[in-house]
Amino acid sequence: MISISIETGLLLSGILFLLGLIGLLVRRNIIFMLMSVEIMLNAAGLAFVIGGSRWAQPDGQVMFIFILTMAAAEVSVGLALILLLYHRFKTVDADAASKMRG
Amino acid sequence: MLELLWIVPAVPFLGFLILAFLGKRLSRLTIEIVGVGSIGLSALFAILIAINFMTSPPVGHAFSQTLWVWMNVAGLSPGISFYLDSMTVIFMLVITCVGFLIHLYSAEYMLDEEGYSRFFAYMNLFVGSMLTLVLADNLVLLYLGWEGVGLCSYLLIGFLYKDPANGYAARKAFVVTRVGDTAMGIGLFLLFTKLGTLQIQEMLTMASDTWQVGSPLAIAAAALLLGGAVGKSAQLPLQTWLPDAMAGPTPTSALIHAATMVTAGVYLIARTHVIFELAPIIMTVVAIVGAATLIISGFTALTQTDIKRVLAYSTISQIGYMFLALGVGAWAAGIFHFMTHAFFKALLFLGAGAIIVCLHHEQDMFKMGGLRKKLPVVFWTFLAGSASLAALPLITAGFYSKDAILWYSFSSEQGSPWLWAVALLGAFITSIYTFRMVFITFFGEAKTEVTHRPGNRIKIPLIILGVLSIIGGFIELPHTLGNWPAFSNFMHSALPEIHVPHEIYSIEWVFQIIAGVLTLTGIFIAYQLFLKNTALKDKITQAPISKALNRFWFSGWGFDWIYDRLFVFPYIWLARINKKDVFDLLYSGIALVNRVLHVILSLTQTGRLRWYAVGIVFGAIITLYVVVFA
Repeated sequence: MISISIETGLLLSGILFLLGLIGLLVRRNIIFMLMSVEIMLNAAGLAFVIGGSRWAQPDGQVMFIFILTMAAAEVSVGLALILLLYHRFKTVDADAASKMRG
Repeated sequence: MLELLWIVPAVPFLGFLILAFLGKRLSRLTIEIVGVGSIGLSALFAILIAINFMTSPPVGHAFSQTLWVWMNVAGLSPGISFYLDSMTVIFMLVITCVGFLIHLYSAEYMLDEEGYSRFFAYMNLFVGSMLTLVLADNLVLLYLGWEGVGLCSYLLIGFLYKDPANGYAARKAFVVTRVGDTAMGIGLFLLFTKLGTLQIQEMLTMASDTWQVGSPLAIAAAALLLGGAVGKSAQLPLQTWLPDAMAGPTPTSALIHAATMVTAGVYLIARTHVIFELAPIIMTVVAIVGAATLIISGFTALTQTDIKRVLAYSTISQIGYMFLALGVGAWAAGIFHFMTHAFFKALLFLGAGAIIVCLHHEQDMFKMGGLRKKLPVVFWTFLAGSASLAALPLITAGFYSKDAILWYSFSSEQGSPWLWAVALLGAFITSIYTFRMVFITFFGEAKTEVTHRPGNRIKIPLIILGVLSIIGGFIELPHTLGNWPAFSNFMHSALPEIHVPHEIYSIEWVFQIIAGVLTLTGIFIAYQLFLKNTALKDKITQAPISKALNRFWFSGWGFDWIYDRLFVFPYIWLARINKKDVFDLLYSGIALVNRVLHVILSLTQTGRLRWYAVGIVFGAIITLYVVVFA
């Protein structure tokens, strides 16, 4: 078993989080934005796991299970919203839904 | 029987409620039955109660009745409770009976006017409030009636509200009397703080127990109460509202002048006479105010051309006599004059109203004339009222009441020859202006066609009041003429007797002869100037000095002019420069800041999801920075 130092792990987690964030900010396709949010969630989950292994505690992995569960629920709601958005505007461009009324 | 006292004020209020809420749906006949009938019923009960009171007087010559406790706050627990003594009996009788006759008259007078039910609703409320005022056993309830009377006078003076001038007159009456009411309100606070009660009888006993004669507190309380009385009774310096109150329909004027409102001040002073006796200096002020008012408004009445304004100024003048009587301690004489004045002044106003309505709403006396033959009933009753007002010796009610005041203003301990001289001059002027009015209106040649004949509902009140104006005085005969002081004997259970040194009684007849001769001279002068020898009158009035005097008197001695400049114009000026409301700037400033912030913040609400994400990111970065480094 190859041990990976905590710095390397946290760096990976940070890079993943930034990638997700950049994706969220630059993409207009709302499906990709949802995916970027998922990447950020997983990056945060990874940080938990790394922290748990560093201090030899199960809490990190427990927390990751929670995050997974929450992400699954969130994605189902998010996808439903995206479907509605598509039905309404015939596009998946997030900026198309910039008007609050109607 | 006395237990039914509460019905007397309750019936007019009931009439008011019916007319106010159902008035629009009722027919004219029903309105008349409710409006006039309620006061009639009230008068009937008042008469029965009065008879009962006189034949079998209650213990202590006073009866009180508590219906319920109005409120109970911090030691102040005024009740809706009534107090009946001999003075109240007289007031109650005059208010309901004269009020009933005026209502009966109005039923015909107002028949063609709009707002028939509204008129009777106000009139009923007026009588109800006045009855509350005189029957109240505590000053708080009295104040309620007092303000109710003020409100009704406002409503009735401005009854024909389509003309803005009437609205102005109504506001003037309301605001000017409010000045006095405020003084009275402060007086009530003072009495309550110092004596701890506002139950009138209890308070009067307490005042005479705790205060010395001439103590500053008694003087302050009496002065404040006098302020209220002066406002309501249109005495100097608050008399200016009454002539303008002529804007209301004529029956209103009759009601205000004879039965309600202006006599409230006289009632207040007589009711709280103990406090005034503790402040002799204020008593003197009352007498002087009365004397000054009666002479000033007498001269003003001499120059007026509008028949209703002559009567208005004569009312101010006659109430001046009542104040003079109260001021010299002749309490019973003041109340006696109130009663006879109610008869003849109601009669004169109703007569003037009949003339006005028969001449197509012409109010200028100089456009009348020669009405003696055409309106005989009005003429004879008006003549009876005028004779009573001018105090024609021996046969009129006005003579007996005014003579008593003249006599006591000289002979009473607080009286003085000066007061007597002024009152005598006032009586002389009164007879001139009264008969000037009679001669101009009823004699000479006709100048306006009579288009309308008064009906029975106008004639009957006139005749009844005419009879009362003549015989109403025989219940109090002076020492020289039969010595039958029934009225003042009846009053003595409520008001103290007047002290007159015995040796003066022997010369009373001299004073009566002087007064009688002066009255007759006044009538003769009026006859000469305004009927027989009008060329002489023209010669006198054409002289420059009399022209200037005429203008000065006609304007009511310039009181309106002074008050306009002292109070009205500065107020309007202040209102104008403060049109934008300086004090409002602070609050509108707060609103402005919020508005600007709102505009700026709403710019960030673009609806673009990614911008919000950027916002969240920056927020997170700042939070992290603060948490980690600060």
